[in-house]
Amino acid sequence: MSDTMTTTEGPILETRALMKRFSIGTRFSAEGRRTVHAVDNVSLTVRRGETLGLVGESGCGKSTLARCLVRLYDITGGKLFFEGDDITGKSLREMRPLRRRLQMVFQDPSASLNPRRRVGDLVAEPLRIHTKLSAAEIDRRVAELFDIVGLLPDHVARYPHEFSGGQRQRVGIARAIALNPDLVVLDEPVSALDVSVQAQIVNLLADLQEKLGLTYIFIAHDLSVVRQVSTRIAVMYLGSVVEEGPAEAVFSAPAHPYSQALISAVPVVETTPGGSRKRILLTGDVPSPLNPPSGCRFHPRCPIARDRCRTERPEPHSFGADRKVACHFPTL
Amino acid sequence: MMLSVRDLKVSFRTEDGLVWAIDGVSFDLDEGEILGVVGESGSGKTVSLLAVMGLITDPNATIEGSIRYKGRELVGLPAKELRRLRGNEIAMIFQDPMTALTPVYTIGWQIAEQIRAHQNISKAKALDRVEELLAEVNFPNPREAMSRYPHQLSGGMRQRAVIAMALSCNPALLVADEPTTALDVTVQAGILDLVRKLRATHNSAVVFITHDMGVVSELADRVMVMYAGRVVERGSRSALFADPRHPYTRALLGSIPPLTGEKPRRLPAIPGSPPSLLRLPQGCAFGPRCPLRYDACAAEKPALGDGPHAAACLLEAQA
Amino acid sequence: MIYAILRRFGQMLFVMFGISVIVFLIFFATPGSDPAARIAGRNASPEVLEAVRHSFGFDRPLYVQYGLMMQKIFVTGDLTSFVNRGWKVVPAVLDAIPVTLSLVFGAAILWVVVSVIIGIVAAATRDSWLDKLLMALGLIGISMPVYWLGEVMNLITQSRYHDTWLFSWVPPLGYKPLMSDPKGWFLTLVIPWITLAVLYIGIYGRVLRAAIIESMQEDFIRTARAKGLSETRILLRHALRTSLIAFVTLFGLDFGALVGGSALLTEVVFGLNGIGKLTYDAMQNLDLPMIMATVMYASMFVVIANAVVDFVYILLDPRVRTS
Repeated sequence: MSDTMTTTEGPILETRALMKRFSIGTRFSAEGRRTVHAVDNVSLTVRRGETLGLVGESGCGKSTLARCLVRLYDITGGKLFFEGDDITGKSLREMRPLRRRLQMVFQDPSASLNPRRRVGDLVAEPLRIHTKLSAAEIDRRVAELFDIVGLLPDHVARYPHEFSGGQRQRVGIARAIALNPDLVVLDEPVSALDVSVQAQIVNLLADLQEKLGLTYIFIAHDLSVVRQVSTRIAVMYLGSVVEEGPAEAVFSAPAHPYSQALISAVPVVETTPGGSRKRILLTGDVPSPLNPPSGCRFHPRCPIARDRCRTERPEPHSFGADRKVACHFPTL
Repeated sequence: MMLSVRDLKVSFRTEDGLVWAIDGVSFDLDEGEILGVVGESGSGKTVSLLAVMGLITDPNATIEGSIRYKGRELVGLPAKELRRLRGNEIAMIFQDPMTALTPVYTIGWQIAEQIRAHQNISKAKALDRVEELLAEVNFPNPREAMSRYPHQLSGGMRQRAVIAMALSCNPALLVADEPTTALDVTVQAGILDLVRKLRATHNSAVVFITHDMGVVSELADRVMVMYAGRVVERGSRSALFADPRHPYTRALLGSIPPLTGEKPRRLPAIPGSPPSLLRLPQGCAFGPRCPLRYDACAAEKPALGDGPHAAACLLEAQA
Repeated sequence: MIYAILRRFGQMLFVMFGISVIVFLIFFATPGSDPAARIAGRNASPEVLEAVRHSFGFDRPLYVQYGLMMQKIFVTGDLTSFVNRGWKVVPAVLDAIPVTLSLVFGAAILWVVVSVIIGIVAAATRDSWLDKLLMALGLIGISMPVYWLGEVMNLITQSRYHDTWLFSWVPPLGYKPLMSDPKGWFLTLVIPWITLAVLYIGIYGRVLRAAIIESMQEDFIRTARAKGLSETRILLRHALRTSLIAFVTLFGLDFGALVGGSALLTEVVFGLNGIGKLTYDAMQNLDLPMIMATVMYASMFVVIANAVVDFVYILLDPRVRTS
């Protein structure tokens, strides 16, 4: 896998058969204790400097997976490697030096920023915790960060509520990059923003990536935004990755029937009337991860499902240039 | 003309002074027509439609202008008369299906409640009608779904239930406020199909509020773009998307990343953010963010022209 | 559903067991004190002490002592008070129960009905003079101490204005059994009911008003308006129903506590020998067997009231049924 990159370095992050289960209910509740397989057998590679886009319907496990990747959640099974080191079972204390290299930006900037503290303080906080910089050095660094993310120097003394959604997200990004991380997980970073502001943040993220050599894991439900920012895409369905590959290839020729349906469902602006695209309508809802279907988990909604799909679960297999698909009958 | 709104203004008294949520909105709607209303937060798209529905209950709100439905003036109509129209001739679908239904009653009960509020029929008859409606919005097992509580249904199913409820009295006008924003794209596609189908079968006119240009371009016959409480551009779908005339419409369309074809290295973004209604600029509200602004823009609020395709921009007059 | 009820019942028993153990340990296993001496009372002779020690098993291990105590309360019912020698504890508690239950049930019905009406009217006329008046009255009700209010009521109905047409029907203080004298039962309790209910009417009325007003901001109320329903129907069928959840929680706690003895002040003022009075007297005399029995009884009612609240939840909120 590493031979596709010309660098001598291995992948920055790698998972092997990663699992995350949640237990819900107690032994005393009516249905007893049940297990949700939120992330089920995911093997992914994130290469240095790239953006991996995670897409899928709500409840597909993309946010859970992302939180596992930066060890915000404990991992139930499988392995997680950061720069070749196994960090699957590292304790909180052992993770501390790595924390500064793995950062996260959340969807709702107003919910993830403490409303009672000035934004300058909020950005300075990680510097105070993780570095030994003096107060003056921290101030200088905060000013620098504000400049990088496009906030004005005098914004430092303001409170989060005085900002617009876009500016708040800039603060969230400044906080995330304060410690010069290697990898940033962006969980729906533009979904709560106005359309006219989304593009600014998308551009900012691209600039920062170029300038600071960041690696991104980008989660969004807006597929056109994901396509814009991602070098590679992983499509998730019910906890598993069903298709993975370079963004351009996946978007122009999706191999998995679920990817095809997902991409075809995105409404796009048609400047020429009548030229409507072919849409694959999925029937039914995403099944409950408490009680996933047998065989291929997509088969109850799949337009091309056959008998084999009902009994045998497809394993991901490689094809083409750097692509993988988990389907018995992919469109190749 | 089924619905004719003229110079609608909605203002709210707040601690920081009078806020004009809507400042002079006019539009028309024909039978069976789908009007797409596009705008960002604070553009007034929701408030203007709540005003049409008579659902602005805030005692600090003042509504001026004229809303004529089938020739009848709705502004100032007594609450009882309005109630007779609401849910019966004019129905509404809301943004968040998770919170739009009362959690403690079954879907069937809630839909039947609306039917019986407007029609003098027995409970059993009403429930039969509910079953038909749920089948019409593609519930696989409508009888069973009727006895479900909202929390037992997925988001998409709940939105279908809300749509079934809105359709229960065969409304002539359906107002949909971002009905697919909280849903996944795959579910959204199904709901959009449903709206199209219902327009065909019920011949209802639809006002569809959204921030998603893609949704509008797939669904609407005519489009109205709003910004900071005013209509900035209005036109047929084909005209507006083929030839967007207002700089805001153009910039908005330009800032959407393409799903196919060449990927731009940077997106053409609009600088700044939508203005606060408390501190609107003197002249054109979009002026401070507009790449084409010139001195006059700061002085004069541009008016929306009369033609079928018009933009509220000073450049229009020169063209 | 049946399974859920059985499970809840099992939990109830478990909680009561826990409470009995804790109370037992507090009174009988506190280091450095001789429970036998406390049970026997002050100035007891060595023979009496020895008899007490043997009858309660204080010379045997703790779990035997606990077992004997529970047997005396629940099985043989022959636990005797040593302060009032020969007074059987269990019959005394059983005699006091109907008095307290009569007082609290009547007051509860009164306060629920009145506060629901006040809450609805205040919420419906929100910010009007009527709303402000009702809330001010509620606040006055909350701030009047129940013993003071009780004494004032007594002063008015028993002496000052007793001989006027208005209060001549009020019988003298004391309790009349429901079975043998239903009319007397009702008449003696009317004034205590009102007195006890006033505080709770104030609290519940305000709580319900706040809950309804909060509900009225919900999205589903907007949906209900969009359906063309009348404001009355929206208030009663949609807002009130979802507001009752907070109301029921509060009610379960207060009702359990009152039945368990918190109605003491009202009982004392109106000369009703209920559980509160009994517990108070036992505390005064350090009558350990009596305290043990009344605390067990009180905990039983608190636990039962909470279980009833849980069932009412299930009726009110379908979301509880499946989760």
